[in-house]
Amino acid sequence: MKSLFLPTLPALLFGALLAGCGSNTPPGNIIRIGSASPLTGPQAHLGQDNANGAQLAVDEINAAGGVRLAGKTWRLQLLVEDDQADPRVATTVAQQLADDDVAGVIGHLNSGASIPAAKVYDDAGIPQISPSSTAIAYTHLGFKTAYRVMTNDSQQGAALAQYATRYLHATRIAVVDDRTAYGQGLADEFARAAVTDGAQIVDREYTTDHSTDFLAILTSIKAHQPQVVFFGGMDPQAGPLARQMRQLGLTARLLGGDGMETSQFVHLAGAAANGDVASNPGLPLDQMPGGAQFRKHFTARFGPIQNYAPYAYDAVYVMVDAMKRANSPDPARYLPMLASTDYRGVTGNIRFDEHGDLQTGAVTLYQVNQGKWQPVTTITGPAPLPASH
Amino acid sequence: MDILLQQLINGLVLGSVYALIALGYTMVYGILELINFAHGEITMIGAMLALAVITHLAGSGLPVPIVLLAGLLTAMAGCSVLGYAIERVAYRPLRHAPRLAPLITAIGVSIVLQNLAMLIWGREYISFPPLLPQGWFDVHGARVTDVQLIILVTAGILMLVLDNLVRRTSLGRAMRATAQSPQLAGLMGIDANHIISLTFILGSALAAIGGFLVSAYYGLAHYYMGFLLGLKAFSAAVLGGIGNLRGAMLGGLLLGVIESLGAGYIGSLTHGVFGSNYQDVFAFLVLIAVLIIRPAGLLGQNTADRA
Amino acid sequence: MSHSRRSAWSTYAALAIGLLALPFLLQAGIGRSWVRIIDMALLYSMLALGLNIVVGYAGLLDLGYIAFYAVGAYVYALLDSPQFGLHWPLWAVLPIGAACAGLSGVLLGAPTLRLRGDYLAIVTLGFGEIIRIFLNNLNEPVNITNGPQGICLIDSVHLGTFSFSHNHTTMLPGLTGPVQYYYLFLALTLLVMFIALRLQDSRVGRAWAAIREDELAAAASGIHLRNFKLLAFAMGATFGGLAGGLFAGFQGFVSPESFNLMESVMILCMIVLGGMGNVYGVVLGAITLTVLPEALRMLGDWQLNHLGHVIVDPNDLRMLIFGLALVAMMLIRPAGLIRSRRHQREYAGDRP
Repeated sequence: MKSLFLPTLPALLFGALLAGCGSNTPPGNIIRIGSASPLTGPQAHLGQDNANGAQLAVDEINAAGGVRLAGKTWRLQLLVEDDQADPRVATTVAQQLADDDVAGVIGHLNSGASIPAAKVYDDAGIPQISPSSTAIAYTHLGFKTAYRVMTNDSQQGAALAQYATRYLHATRIAVVDDRTAYGQGLADEFARAAVTDGAQIVDREYTTDHSTDFLAILTSIKAHQPQVVFFGGMDPQAGPLARQMRQLGLTARLLGGDGMETSQFVHLAGAAANGDVASNPGLPLDQMPGGAQFRKHFTARFGPIQNYAPYAYDAVYVMVDAMKRANSPDPARYLPMLASTDYRGVTGNIRFDEHGDLQTGAVTLYQVNQGKWQPVTTITGPAPLPASH
Repeated sequence: MDILLQQLINGLVLGSVYALIALGYTMVYGILELINFAHGEITMIGAMLALAVITHLAGSGLPVPIVLLAGLLTAMAGCSVLGYAIERVAYRPLRHAPRLAPLITAIGVSIVLQNLAMLIWGREYISFPPLLPQGWFDVHGARVTDVQLIILVTAGILMLVLDNLVRRTSLGRAMRATAQSPQLAGLMGIDANHIISLTFILGSALAAIGGFLVSAYYGLAHYYMGFLLGLKAFSAAVLGGIGNLRGAMLGGLLLGVIESLGAGYIGSLTHGVFGSNYQDVFAFLVLIAVLIIRPAGLLGQNTADRA
Repeated sequence: MSHSRRSAWSTYAALAIGLLALPFLLQAGIGRSWVRIIDMALLYSMLALGLNIVVGYAGLLDLGYIAFYAVGAYVYALLDSPQFGLHWPLWAVLPIGAACAGLSGVLLGAPTLRLRGDYLAIVTLGFGEIIRIFLNNLNEPVNITNGPQGICLIDSVHLGTFSFSHNHTTMLPGLTGPVQYYYLFLALTLLVMFIALRLQDSRVGRAWAAIREDELAAAASGIHLRNFKLLAFAMGATFGGLAGGLFAGFQGFVSPESFNLMESVMILCMIVLGGMGNVYGVVLGAITLTVLPEALRMLGDWQLNHLGHVIVDPNDLRMLIFGLALVAMMLIRPAGLIRSRRHQREYAGDRP
């Protein structure tokens, strides 16, 4: 009979253990903002970067005397949560933040986490601004609470296609993706835009996010004689892919998204990296309106910027800006104000369209030159209409 | 350029690596009738060890062949010790336990090795220093690189040596006797435990060479690389007939070619309904098909007990 | 006699009250997120109980079990989301999902049943991966599963107009979405436990045990190996499909990455840790292994808050702990934390 109690035992045990550090009601004049991103696991460095960006903004605002709303001075408090880049953990974390009565959430890092979490935030009426999720679906779920301060896949794909067709004058393009939500999403948007721009997709091949051998698909691609090979995926695959292209004597230019625009890619591809082009949303940091200033403050405190920290930083300011215009930290009151945001941040001018996407998103293209990524050009354009998703 | 020939070359090089790793599965299975799930991870550890040494020595001014050899020997030594230890600690105590027990232990060992490697060498992919020859030559419009040739030759020599070792030497005879019946071999004065240890050591050393060649070929190593590699090598062993050395070699080469041709031609064969996104399915399909149609594999003898 | 019966009843009553009050206590004490975690633990309990039928009862090592969970989840997702514009009622969707999973269990089982244990493990692993690869790629040429993007906006679990995701705090204070799911999942877990317990002592259960312990002897004593093995596969898969459907409705989003091999291994860990074949042990294993990562996550948060950065990444440790647990359990306590009496005899004996 005793064993019947055992199933509930661990739960009760942990309950007792954690009762001490549970939710305590926020004391007066504090606005809680959540930050959700992976702080452990393979993407911990990116997740931590986002949390740091948000923390910098929060600390700056507090140091400047906090926020004056409804005749009171409020201080910001950032609750940092780890979603492990896992959809299931993301919903638990979202629930946790909702339980803690946050006024808004900066997150999540990955689209795969932002999407399921968006439902929890919508149920709770909490505005969510993702600094880095690019999947189109995220803002097209029909939730009024979901925003992002980053270009989406459609915008990045269009910019890449524009580069391939107008700058490289490519008419024959092969497309490879790694069958992840990120890689496939970007590759599909790129292919769609490239066809609209008059290019022909001569071959469509696939790999996985664990593959190292691309010779079979590259041999097929070589037979179609493309001028550009587009790869939707991350640097661990892009690196050996570039090497194996050279090994097979494939002279086409390798083009990729932000998953490839990393130092790790250059490291893995070695000499084969030279001349390859990849995009990253937004302006290069040093060309951003407050970029130099931001870099100085951020690196002094947290060390080198990984990638999306400026976006997380801006997201906090955008949220506070909406609160100021609503004169209230209450999500129900300031959410309508978020839609009419017109904020000049570090990353550029932030205005949202009816879905919560950026109205104009800049995408910068970088090329590897002597082992270093160098900015080539920035393509700014209105958000193209997304495909019927 | 000849596409078909190029795909065949791609497949043969990939397949010869599968074959080297498949040998380890097949040797252990032949003697213990145990699928050593951790064998793929031993391959990975081999690649990691070799890379660690090579990266360390790359800037030291030593001649390149010495650096590479040092890496390879370290990996072989390390993996031999590891293979021996795994057998002693995780498998030997369970030799008479119900069948599920050593199988679950093997899965556990493989998870432990994978995560230990991650803790030691990190989550990032590690790149192979640019020490290898970059040349290539043309064969009827297809390209064969120097590295590919080195892999083919190395794998071929190793397989010949192993085949002769098992068929001609007294050690080989003892191994075959133990595989037939450990009890009877014991009566003939063969220490079965000793032979089993030696088998693990030999298989692990081969895995280390396999791991070294893979990381040299693709220019990188990663803590997760052993899983899929091991699975495919296992499929190769089953395809050739598990327990049969020549079968493992044949199975490896065949699987490499099937994968390469499959990924290259599935799109045009199915008019685009299936594409190279189903590349990883082939190994599993081959495995399942063999087990259902001819469980003894291509070269295996049809013992009812084997499957 | 009557005394012991009375004490048994009072134990039951205390247990029932404890289980009924648990979500409210958790919610009031440490927040709704913990109710969600317990909800997940209950889902995993159902999954583990299903795998336990295949592995623990019949002794067939299935390493692709997560595929049945995936089938159940995708059936629910496809029939209750904007993907095809379908919004079928729960009483239709859940049984269809469970039936589809059960059917795929039979389809996977039929050709593989004459394989011996270790081969079966590899083949089921392959099948599991194949299902995941298909789910990940069936967005072209016809979009069925929406590929790697997964399916979002899945309807919540609902009965008529009653949605389990919506708060009904006006009906009863504290009756929030996670709490309602808790009761639903608890009821179904208890049902699955009940079925599993009844099966164990039935003619079928004894036949499975016979097959597990000695296939040849079982066949010789007139047990139809094929039918009983298929039945084990089908039953296990059905429970997996049921849990999958509930997961899809609970989560509102499914994507292929949730159904990878490591999930299969984790469920195997649950039943090995708890004790193969023992229903209570399996539930204990499932709850422990669902709650443990959460506790580890707290460890990470704690390091972050008190030490400024993560020194020991708990995410890295999680799988290492699981792997070590698998090895240690087999070497030290092969019958599990809570042993089933029959397994204990089996593992203790020094059979040749």
